[in-house]
Amino acid sequence: MKKELKFLCPNGHLGFAPTKEGSFYLGVKENPDYILCDSGSDDIGPGPLGADICASPKEWQIHDLELMLVEARKAGVPMIIGSAGDTGTNSRVDMYVDIIKELAQKHHLGKFKLGYFYSEVDKTYLRAKMEQGEVLEGLDGRKNLTFEELEKSDRIVAVAGVHPYIKLLEMGADVIIGGRSSDCAIFAAPAILSGFSEDLSYYLGKVLECASFNAEPYGGKESVLGTITEEDVKVKAMHPEQRCTVASVAGHAMYERTNPFFEYVAGGALNMTNCHYEQYDEKTCRITGPKFEPIEGKIKVKLEGSGKVGERYVGIAGIRDPYTIKNIDKVIEWARNQVEEKYGKTGYELHYNVFGKNGVMGQLEPVKEIKSHELGIIVQGVAPTKEMAEEITMIGTRQLFYARLPEVKGTAGGAAFMLDEVLPATPGYIWTMNHTVTVDDPMELFPVHMVEVG
Amino acid sequence: MQTYKLIDLAKTIRSKNAGTDKITFDIIFREKEKYDLVKNSGVLNRKLICQLYDIRDDEIADFVEFDPAYAIKFTIYRRRPSGSPGESDVFGCQQYAPLLDIEIPAD
Repeated sequence: MKKELKFLCPNGHLGFAPTKEGSFYLGVKENPDYILCDSGSDDIGPGPLGADICASPKEWQIHDLELMLVEARKAGVPMIIGSAGDTGTNSRVDMYVDIIKELAQKHHLGKFKLGYFYSEVDKTYLRAKMEQGEVLEGLDGRKNLTFEELEKSDRIVAVAGVHPYIKLLEMGADVIIGGRSSDCAIFAAPAILSGFSEDLSYYLGKVLECASFNAEPYGGKESVLGTITEEDVKVKAMHPEQRCTVASVAGHAMYERTNPFFEYVAGGALNMTNCHYEQYDEKTCRITGPKFEPIEGKIKVKLEGSGKVGERYVGIAGIRDPYTIKNIDKVIEWARNQVEEKYGKTGYELHYNVFGKNGVMGQLEPVKEIKSHELGIIVQGVAPTKEMAEEITMIGTRQLFYARLPEVKGTAGGAAFMLDEVLPATPGYIWTMNHTVTVDDPMELFPVHMVEVG
Repeated sequence: MQTYKLIDLAKTIRSKNAGTDKITFDIIFREKEKYDLVKNSGVLNRKLICQLYDIRDDEIADFVEFDPAYAIKFTIYRRRPSGSPGESDVFGCQQYAPLLDIEIPAD
């Protein structure tokens, strides 16, 4: 067993914005044992998963994959990517596998083994489980999954832990393209396989998964280098101006999570309550004390599901009349009523975001009094067909113009239109599932494949 | 009584998604003294969060003081999942403004 392993992470979400090359090449000079990062996020909303598309331009994704692949093959070290193409659906995994094959040709790379796994879950598989009495537990305050919610889901992915990565590494993969995965599992898998403790291996993943977001001063898309030993994890910023400090690394433990002390993955939880952070050298923070707590009983795997609500159009209106601004709720109610007269109250969604009032925060906005001299209103109509979505958005927008307020002075139109049309938008989706499923063997959700490339 | 605004004490005040169903808020201090001042004042608590955002206590998923980072952190449930039609902040990153003006007693 090696005394230490070095992991180079160039990007916290591959392709979402291109990797900065300078710090990446500085990282390559540190002779990492693995070059790896994740490419997914649920931050981007339910649309990409539901529609099975990427949230990032393909060119940016190729850029980052090319950087990593060329250097990984040159050094003869494994390259690992998790949650391919933002969502980790099967089509995104296939897309990345094709990109890797094309890049191998372009750079005349010698033969290597390309492993990949899928993580989409079929509705019939889950329905069968539920029919046998299995409970799909809701996360984050959600109720357990109902058959109705299952039916509303258009696409579902399971979030992999270390299992398929370890399997593919054991099979000799030089490059791995993963379906949807826990970010930290991508890093933990090779460390665990090499014999390092689960405690430090999962922490290594946790601290590296967002790349330079764990460094200061703030600057995304820069590379960081993580080192694991039998005693500790060290994390070092590669950008000349960035440092990994106690404050930046401890601060990052909180980022995008409910609680800075626990990270949940398929197979258990990482407990960071007793983490100790110290400044190792100017650019490096050393961490000891994390604890991995394996789940008792069967493994639970997280599921993400997205379902289409309907086709969507968007309308834009501006209001300048002070009396109309004061009575904006009545104006919107008028426009809503006009839609209801034709379509009734159900079977579609009509949303108004009123900027200048509470367009950003909605019900959470503590400022109740409108202080702006003008309002911008975004109208969204969502309906089963494009024609209906267009019409309800058109009625809901244009009727702001015709709203009847008894004391308004302006009688030639109650709203300003920067364009007198409504715009087609991507369909509306909703996160239908944030649940877990219990499995006997986590590999049953993540079929692995291997091909030879180059 | 002299007071400081939170914006003048904290290094970072931010909000961000914590998964699809929650928004988490981080208030991070550069100096231990300022962190201790705010923490010991007891002003920033669950009750104040409920008042500021007009939410119920059971809509707060978590409220923690995180000493290693000199940080106070709380998380609330979204009423609809992120990115649902009509939702206005898919990343949840512009929900922290009401925290900036919280008044903390000087001693």
